[in-house]
Amino acid sequence: MTDRSTLRQAPGAPGTRILGVGSFQPEKIVTNDDLSKIMDTNDQWIRERVGIIERRFAEKDESLVDMAVKAGTAALADAGVDPSEVDTVILPNCTMPTQIPNAAAQVADRIGITHPAAFDLNAACAGFCYGIGVASDLIRAGTAKKALVIGAEKLTDHVDPVDRANAIIFADGAGAAVVGAADTPQIGPVAWGSAGEHVDLIYMRDDRWIYQEGQSVFRWATTQIAPIALQALELAGLEPSDVDVLIPHQANLRIVEAIAKKLRAKGAREDMVVADDIKYSGNTSSASIPLALDHMRKAGTAKQGDVVLAVGFGAGLSYAGQAFICP
Amino acid sequence: MADNAEILAGLAEIVEEVAGVAQDDVTAEKSFVDDLDIDSLSMVEIAVQAEDKFGVKIPDDELANLKTVGDAVNYVSANAK
Repeated sequence: MTDRSTLRQAPGAPGTRILGVGSFQPEKIVTNDDLSKIMDTNDQWIRERVGIIERRFAEKDESLVDMAVKAGTAALADAGVDPSEVDTVILPNCTMPTQIPNAAAQVADRIGITHPAAFDLNAACAGFCYGIGVASDLIRAGTAKKALVIGAEKLTDHVDPVDRANAIIFADGAGAAVVGAADTPQIGPVAWGSAGEHVDLIYMRDDRWIYQEGQSVFRWATTQIAPIALQALELAGLEPSDVDVLIPHQANLRIVEAIAKKLRAKGAREDMVVADDIKYSGNTSSASIPLALDHMRKAGTAKQGDVVLAVGFGAGLSYAGQAFICP
Repeated sequence: MADNAEILAGLAEIVEEVAGVAQDDVTAEKSFVDDLDIDSLSMVEIAVQAEDKFGVKIPDDELANLKTVGDAVNYVSANAK
């Protein structure tokens, strides 16, 4: 008879790392001048308030799933990983038009990943860092061997097109990373949490349109997120001066700059590269961090071996961050 | 506790740092928005720094009532511990 008091558990990996990154943005570029034709706004106002120069909007027939498939496929190619090697697909998002079915299973199928564990993960703009944390720990625990994490959003489905407070900010896109085992850890522990007492700061008005209390969100993000980023560094055994590349969620350039300033006050270097992908991508919620990472790798501003610190924050309120080595 | 002149001077330092407005221009009768051209997000940054500097809480709904520099001085003076 078997010993029923002790069950077998999977042997885990000694460490994890990001093996590759990919992203996708719709073709359609929307400038501030384009927006000023349909609402009371202008280029200077938008640049000063949120730092966005242009953003990408998906076409009507271009879905969140379509964008996720393209970003996921690109990440696998970058990692040199065949779809058949992937056993887990995590899809952070908050704008999937259907509750049933989820996005992850159909995205996996279209990429050619056969029968993986597949689930959506909604932590809004913190979703990608949540997803990397979960993927990394699944691999460390031996549950997964290779995981594909895809942040994908079609926020334009949920923005009142003439709401000048929000329509200027949000955009569409997808970004992905492949996470696998490593002999030495190259992804730090996730520092994460939520602040549900502030649930009413960002929500969907009339169950449809994204609404946020701009000043309150700004205050929260500029005061409460740098400490989370510092906690992520501490968990990874790093100092602020070790950070080569900082990628805060691209919510608003002024929030990004405020977080960078706070980290520099704690010892981060002046030459630390700070993501400003929002300028040409807008706020793409759970896609913003992997989009920025992919663009920065391609531009050479994030280099292989760099210490990257990512931190996401958004509706819920939710927040998560971790340090990792740039692939 | 700081008197109103000291609060005004302290606020002027903050406004200069956050919004680049010369300290001499930050006088009691000036409107943050209309005269000093300070936007709603900079107002939050000013409030956060004022909270640290003066040991006072300025919630966002109170912030909306602080139209002029003088309003802010009076609020800090009345609420600082």
